[in-house]
Amino acid sequence: MRGKARFRRTDFTLIIQECGPQALPIITLISFLVGLILAFVGAVQLLQFGAQIYVANLVGLGMAREMGAMMTAIIMAGRTGAAFAAQLGTMRVNQEIDALTTMGFSPMEFLVLPRMLALMLMMPLLCLYSDLLGLLGGWFVGVTMLDLGAVQYLKQTQEAISVMDFSVGLIKSVVFGVLVAIAGCLRGMQCGNSSSAVGLAATSAVVTGIIFIVVSDSLLTVLYDVLGI
Amino acid sequence: MSESDAHITIQDLTMAYGDFVIQRDLNFTIGRGDIFIIMGGSGCGKSTLLRHMIGLKRPARGDVLYEGESFWHADQAMREKMMRRFGVTFQSGALWSSMTLAENVALTLGEFTDLSQKEIREVVSLKLALVGLAGFEDFYPNEISGGMQKRAALARAMALDPDILFFDEPSAGLDPISSRLLDDLILELRDSLGATVIIVTHELASIFAIGNNSVYLDPEAKTMIASGHPKVLLEECTNPTVQNFLRRGETKVSVA
Repeated sequence: MRGKARFRRTDFTLIIQECGPQALPIITLISFLVGLILAFVGAVQLLQFGAQIYVANLVGLGMAREMGAMMTAIIMAGRTGAAFAAQLGTMRVNQEIDALTTMGFSPMEFLVLPRMLALMLMMPLLCLYSDLLGLLGGWFVGVTMLDLGAVQYLKQTQEAISVMDFSVGLIKSVVFGVLVAIAGCLRGMQCGNSSSAVGLAATSAVVTGIIFIVVSDSLLTVLYDVLGI
Repeated sequence: MSESDAHITIQDLTMAYGDFVIQRDLNFTIGRGDIFIIMGGSGCGKSTLLRHMIGLKRPARGDVLYEGESFWHADQAMREKMMRRFGVTFQSGALWSSMTLAENVALTLGEFTDLSQKEIREVVSLKLALVGLAGFEDFYPNEISGGMQKRAALARAMALDPDILFFDEPSAGLDPISSRLLDDLILELRDSLGATVIIVTHELASIFAIGNNSVYLDPEAKTMIASGHPKVLLEECTNPTVQNFLRRGETKVSVA
């Protein structure tokens, strides 16, 4: 057995494409709207004190530390996790996985590893993109509805969030990426021997993925709190 | 077939899913160069027996010996080395659908040989030509017919020039002519590769045409109830179940 990575580079490129660039449109829409919603929720309360400028803090911190990573992960669980489960499940039904095994390829290395690596690489990028789009959504509400200055809002955001806040979210997103890949691949590999089983595998990949995300998010948030970051 | 020629030995093999026993106490030998048929009614565990032989399912009890060496008591690395001598075609073909035919055949060559890219391409074209698929290198499995998929799967199984070829229902879903051509191809390959061939099937025409040794698995008795050359079984086996199977339920038929 040689030490080289035992999956095909073309497969990897294809998976990267699937779970990176192709997810951008939906991430754009959802993140912008989440930023918008955060701004609205905050504005209703903060307006009572005339402190609407702090909407920038709320949206900035909310997106960077929490919502960017969380929303990206949930979108990817529904999009990519389900796709992974369906792909592997179909391969299981068609005996393609048996064929790999008998020909001396480990399905873990050949199928699961590239998918996990792809998500680990792409999630932080998507998360950063989502953070920025969320900030844009908040800025849009601030400028058009709360009569805040465009530059003033940005300055306030800049003061409110640090690189640390972004990294907190990015680290989360890597963890979520691994979990979404695990959920998708696990359910795909466990798939039964019929076409309806593939549907079930896809469904349970999404459910498992979302549970993993929310539970690990709570744990991470507590951990961050203990570490004081 | 003399004892020294035994290529594969099935020893006290019991197959079970959990507590549910499918077949118990299977004992038979497969000689080198045999075309060995595993036959029996639907659901008797033919394909499961194949899965035990190719390393996909661990036996509940017993062992499979290849050239006298234990397969299931060997360690993982040893078992993988033995598996490298197998070529397997699955019931549905099981070509990797995301790869072209050439990539399907080339995958093991790239991984387990030191051939250059150019040599690999040549071997791939040769193997595909051997099964009558020259010129189909860049087709994807879903772009060709079921019969062609089976032949492509055979080309993939032969990539590393295996000692032992396993077929799971090779003629399922093929028309009589294609199925006949596949039989001829299997015979040809056995002669040119000198391989031992194991076929799971219940296609009587194929069984009599190419089989020279066989075992009959009975779902009721949950074990093998006959073994030997299929034509000899047809003439001499007194077991009514086997006779029924080999004569498609008719008791008196002259065999061509």
